[in-house]
Amino acid sequence: MKLITAIIKPFKLEEVRAALTDLGLQGMTVTEVKGYGRQKGHTEIYRGAEYAVSFLPKVKIEAVVPTAQVAKAVEAITAAARTGQIGDGKIFVSGIESTVRIRTGETDDEAL
Amino acid sequence: MQSRLSPCVRRCAGGALALALFAVPALAADAPPVPNKGDTAFMIICTVLVLLMTVPGLALFYGGLVRTKNMLSMCMQVFSTLCLVSLLWILYGYSMAFTNGGALNDFVGGFSKAFLTGVDSTTVAATFSNGVYIPEYVYIVFQMTFACITPALILGAVAERMKFSAVMLFMALWATCIYFPVAHMVWYWGGPDIFGNAAKAVADAVEGEAKIAAQAALDGVLMDAGKIFQWGALDFAGGTVVHINAGIAGLVGCLLLGRRVGHGKEAMAPHSLTMCMIGAALLWVGWFGFNVGSNLEANAFAGQVMINTFVATAAAALSWITVEWLAKGKPSLLGLVSGVVAGLVAITPACGFAGVMGSIVLGLAVSVVCYIFCSGVKNTLGYDDSLDVFGIHCIGGIIGALATGILVNPDLGGTGIPDYISKPGELTVAAYDLTIAFMAQAKAVGLVLLWSGVGSLILFKLVDLLVGLRPIEDKEREGLDITDHGERAYNY
Repeated sequence: MKLITAIIKPFKLEEVRAALTDLGLQGMTVTEVKGYGRQKGHTEIYRGAEYAVSFLPKVKIEAVVPTAQVAKAVEAITAAARTGQIGDGKIFVSGIESTVRIRTGETDDEAL
Repeated sequence: MQSRLSPCVRRCAGGALALALFAVPALAADAPPVPNKGDTAFMIICTVLVLLMTVPGLALFYGGLVRTKNMLSMCMQVFSTLCLVSLLWILYGYSMAFTNGGALNDFVGGFSKAFLTGVDSTTVAATFSNGVYIPEYVYIVFQMTFACITPALILGAVAERMKFSAVMLFMALWATCIYFPVAHMVWYWGGPDIFGNAAKAVADAVEGEAKIAAQAALDGVLMDAGKIFQWGALDFAGGTVVHINAGIAGLVGCLLLGRRVGHGKEAMAPHSLTMCMIGAALLWVGWFGFNVGSNLEANAFAGQVMINTFVATAAAALSWITVEWLAKGKPSLLGLVSGVVAGLVAITPACGFAGVMGSIVLGLAVSVVCYIFCSGVKNTLGYDDSLDVFGIHCIGGIIGALATGILVNPDLGGTGIPDYISKPGELTVAAYDLTIAFMAQAKAVGLVLLWSGVGSLILFKLVDLLVGLRPIEDKEREGLDITDHGERAYNY
């Protein structure tokens, strides 16, 4: 099992969700986050008062998938979330030790 | 007759050009004037429109511009000021503004109508047309809405850092010592019939002592007005009384209070420009009550005031975003609504004197100057006029007041200087002289800046001594919603 953490542009969320669903993956957790990478921030101007906004709004998707499907899932997210512009985001993959479905007590791949 | 006639009328406006053709016969001594139902209905509607400007208009306009943690404090301060000043107005404010003040009459009225003594549903107030009156109660409430919004305007300059207790105390003092006297200076006069009757007496008097006596009586009538009115300064709906008055007080306030904690270091972006837009839109709607209602009657001339108010505002909005687009690269919604307010402020004194094209020019011009003050001058000098009360209301008010002296010129499409004396019983147009008209406006601006600037300085100092102006830094950081009022604007 692997945890896929993808930071993407907020307006790309629906496309990414659809792409992962098409792969047969069930479930994900989404969080609205702020951050920056190479894109850095932008400037907002209110009646002449300029504010450098370093942290931009992004969406963080977390999904735990069977190891066999990680490559396809990452590929699907990459394809769906890409605009080609700076600020498209990043995908991190990390290992997961165990999983339990609370309702049934199923564990690991069965619980996904 | 005089006992039933309120001498409390104001503004030398060209409000009656359409009716001026009728020579109104002198009122019979035993027949008090009966207000026209249409005028009365019109003024009642205009009055509640001005109320709409303050709540929710101004409260939302200002509230949207502050940070989330101070939203309720902004709404509370504006709303409470409205309630407080409305009562002061009835208790003694109306009397201080619109009665004769004896030896001090140049600057302030007296207390003869304190607690509305002698006022009831049958007494009337004069308008700008000979022989046309409105119920005094309606006039009192109409004027009350002006007295309420003016001090509330100041709150934008000291937003997010003035304690509620200090706000309430300051507002009571400011309305009493600054607003009521300034309203008296600008708007208190005898009215068309009192002017006309006195002028007619002079014309009718035979040579000799009778003539001299009649002339003395006329001089007395002309002098029974506020100082600024005597100078011949024109202010149709309150450029000096409302906007310059509140704007300079705001500047003094933000200088005395000092900058907000974190100003210049932390982002202080408006928490809801949507609210701000709703507030600005309500201000514009309500402003028709403010400006057109200042005509005091539902006659043809009200249409001119209305169209002026509309086009100057639209021009100022477009002007602001154009300047911003050129200077900063993007036209912003906040820029647009700032232009709306600047245009409304500038047209306020001029709306009953300028022509339509003159109004558009005024709107285009005012936004450029206000933009420079809000974007450039403020940042360069470093004062924290949080919501640009000085930059928009004071500067815009000065532009409008001075421009009124120019745009009133009939050659520029203006109405000309109103004259109730030359042909008693009629409203005629006096000869226009740029220097005289402009100087009268400039003197009015200067006196109001001085009166309100120095007066506000003293009052802010006094309130600071009595209850303290600012909360301690931790409370200011936490936000006034929680520390002053114990509630949050948004719970989700």
